[in-house]
Amino acid sequence: MDIVQLLVSGIANGCVYGLIALGFVLIYKATEAVNFAQGDFMMLGAFITLGLTNQAYAGMPFWLSVPLAMAMMGAFGYALDALVLRRMFGQSQVAVVILTIALGFVLRFAAGAIWGHQPIALESPLAGRDVRLGPVVLGADEVAIVAVTLALTAVLFVFFNRTRLGVAMQAASQNQLAAYYMGIPVKRIHSLVWALAGVVATIAGVLFASKGSIDPNTGLLGIKAFAAAVIGGMGSLPGALLGGIIIGVIEPFAARYGAPGYSQIAPYLLLFLMLVFRPHGLLAQVHSKKV
Amino acid sequence: MSLLEVKDVTLRFGGVTAVDNVSFSVLPGEVFALVGPNGAGKSTLFNLVSRFYDPAAGDILFEGASILRNPAHAIATLGIARTFQNIELFEQATVLQNLLVGRHRHRRSNPIAEMLFTPFVRAEERRHREAVEKVIDFLDLQAWRDKRIAGLPYGVRKVVELGRALATEPKLLLLDEPASGLSVEETRDMGFWIEDIAGQMGITVLMVEHDMGLVSQVSSRVMALADGRRLALGTAREVQTDPAVIEAYIGTGHKDGAG
Repeated sequence: MDIVQLLVSGIANGCVYGLIALGFVLIYKATEAVNFAQGDFMMLGAFITLGLTNQAYAGMPFWLSVPLAMAMMGAFGYALDALVLRRMFGQSQVAVVILTIALGFVLRFAAGAIWGHQPIALESPLAGRDVRLGPVVLGADEVAIVAVTLALTAVLFVFFNRTRLGVAMQAASQNQLAAYYMGIPVKRIHSLVWALAGVVATIAGVLFASKGSIDPNTGLLGIKAFAAAVIGGMGSLPGALLGGIIIGVIEPFAARYGAPGYSQIAPYLLLFLMLVFRPHGLLAQVHSKKV
Repeated sequence: MSLLEVKDVTLRFGGVTAVDNVSFSVLPGEVFALVGPNGAGKSTLFNLVSRFYDPAAGDILFEGASILRNPAHAIATLGIARTFQNIELFEQATVLQNLLVGRHRHRRSNPIAEMLFTPFVRAEERRHREAVEKVIDFLDLQAWRDKRIAGLPYGVRKVVELGRALATEPKLLLLDEPASGLSVEETRDMGFWIEDIAGQMGITVLMVEHDMGLVSQVSSRVMALADGRRLALGTAREVQTDPAVIEAYIGTGHKDGAG
């Protein structure tokens, strides 16, 4: 039963990594920029939810504060692109990368200034409850994480394949020039992708915070999620989730069976091996760019 | 009244005047061709009409209203579609999906209804699929319908791009070198399609083309450009026999300059 529980907690962790990785991939596919603040988006989304929910702050009902936090982070993502990143148009990608790294610092300090640097627990209805499946005892938080991730994946799948906006996002990511002349407002689409990344990050943040406490440095988890996105194949949405789950599962097993202290290295070792032997990732969508 | 009116348009790139005070108007239902030696400013003029560039001076009117305030993506909504000299398709999508993106400006439902796939959305989808199937039949693309663009032969991609422009149901179709890179047979088919697009579908065509055979076959009127200036405007025959046009081509040889 030990293995089952390790596996479930690994998958639950992996879902959170996967959701952050999803944010990386969404933005990368649409705008060819890498948002290194994606992990900090998650942290901020979690803190906003906490600020709205916890009795020490606004004390609103959990089910009300989550959609509110999602909307706020969506607006934040949209505004960030529309007001800041759109001005970087024509600059090298390195400039955008540096900007997002700096943004990550700013968000960490801002969160620290508002909510302090000590770990705080989100008063979530999921915390501390158990779900019994025969002899296996699972945390309600872990079950919820897996269920929400599955549901969100399904919603995103339908969104990208069925809706006008989702198809427009795909079109704009494949060929901006052609998208323009089909009547797709590419700039607004980019901002909406950033908004979507903000919403997904908030969901990841709430799920993560349900498992324990958060502090402003929680966003550094984003580095593991970035590894997940690369392992899955940067540019593939299912690949991001798969990469996240692989990293999530490796960690507890490495901690349980590996030498002490090595569990933290395991994800990066996998990333290293991946880059050497299969640089395009597991579910690679290789488009070699025409010159 | 003319459908498209270009009035005294000028565009400079640094010190080079790519388009110099050019005026012309395109009448509804006609096929209007822009010809001229390389570097004459044909494609630049074309990119001005599709709002890729802002003119330094002059105005461009579509159906009597200036389009210079519209961003590039609003051009499709007005009813102007274009193809590209170097083919710009959605490479990772199928032929059918590419054509369906052409229906973007006609789709009228909200994301929630679309995700729930309500009866209204289903009816809409059917309507767009029918419109796209008409284009597929017209251009003989049945065999390629579910093939991905990446990997399709050049000639087919060219036709798919034309189809995607037609799927938008434009009033004005801008074709940027529709015959470049096509074989003799493919060029002939392209000529028939352009004639039918104007004659049967009633879509006005403005095209840039080097192949004088195709230009003579399909165009109602031709404008010759050289060094960003208008040289001659008239029927294909008038333009080809115009002394100024012949002079512009001399030195490069008629066939080479036009080819």
